[in-house]
Amino acid sequence: MLALPDAAILLGRTAADWRGAVLLAGEALQAAGFVQQSYGARMVGMVEEFGAYIVIAPGLALAHARPGPDVLASGMSVVTLAEPVVFGHPYNDPVSIVLGLAVITADEHVAGIAELANVFNDPAALGRLGAARSAADVRAVFEVPGVS
Amino acid sequence: MKIVAICGAGVGTSGILKVNAERALARLDIEAEVTATDLASVAVAAADAQVILTSPEFVDRLGKTNADVIVVQNYFDLDELTAKLEAALG
Repeated sequence: MLALPDAAILLGRTAADWRGAVLLAGEALQAAGFVQQSYGARMVGMVEEFGAYIVIAPGLALAHARPGPDVLASGMSVVTLAEPVVFGHPYNDPVSIVLGLAVITADEHVAGIAELANVFNDPAALGRLGAARSAADVRAVFEVPGVS
Repeated sequence: MKIVAICGAGVGTSGILKVNAERALARLDIEAEVTATDLASVAVAAADAQVILTSPEFVDRLGKTNADVIVVQNYFDLDELTAKLEAALG
């Protein structure tokens, strides 16, 4: 799967709004050494440009931006929110879990994305993430056998 | 048959849509090529596509297309994807 070190996991955080939540995911990616600071703002920019399409399932946002010079390594971050925030999605608001995704090229992360699908195709995964109290709890949710 | 999954960057969400669309198609025993791309490339990528998969935000931005546009609410709900693909292709 995509790299998910402890530094990239933020649990029970508070965000004032969707921008704050996405920026937390960016801070976590930066803390793990995956991106430079500008990447968080670029993830916010994707939502400003295209809308809340990153809210791909009820309660879950997959924040990401295109590859760029501010991406230092491919990886992901996980932010759980103490209070859910509204992104403005027609079906899937409010959001309590934000995944941050950074990739070097558009193609090389395909296997990692497929594994994300494996994880969240299980409807229980979101609840387990929301209940996670440690980085180990979070990582356990993502460690599922591949089915593809 | 060609199916195109569209998102803003062509990086994250369309990749998930592609993976799960392939699983739904396998359930339906339908052979199709599924590609993931971004909105900027849709005119070319979807020129000969039969189906476009995307989220509600992008429907109005797709422009003219002859493809069936399937709007996906929950990208991880294989039952939803399977039912919508079956309705479009069956």
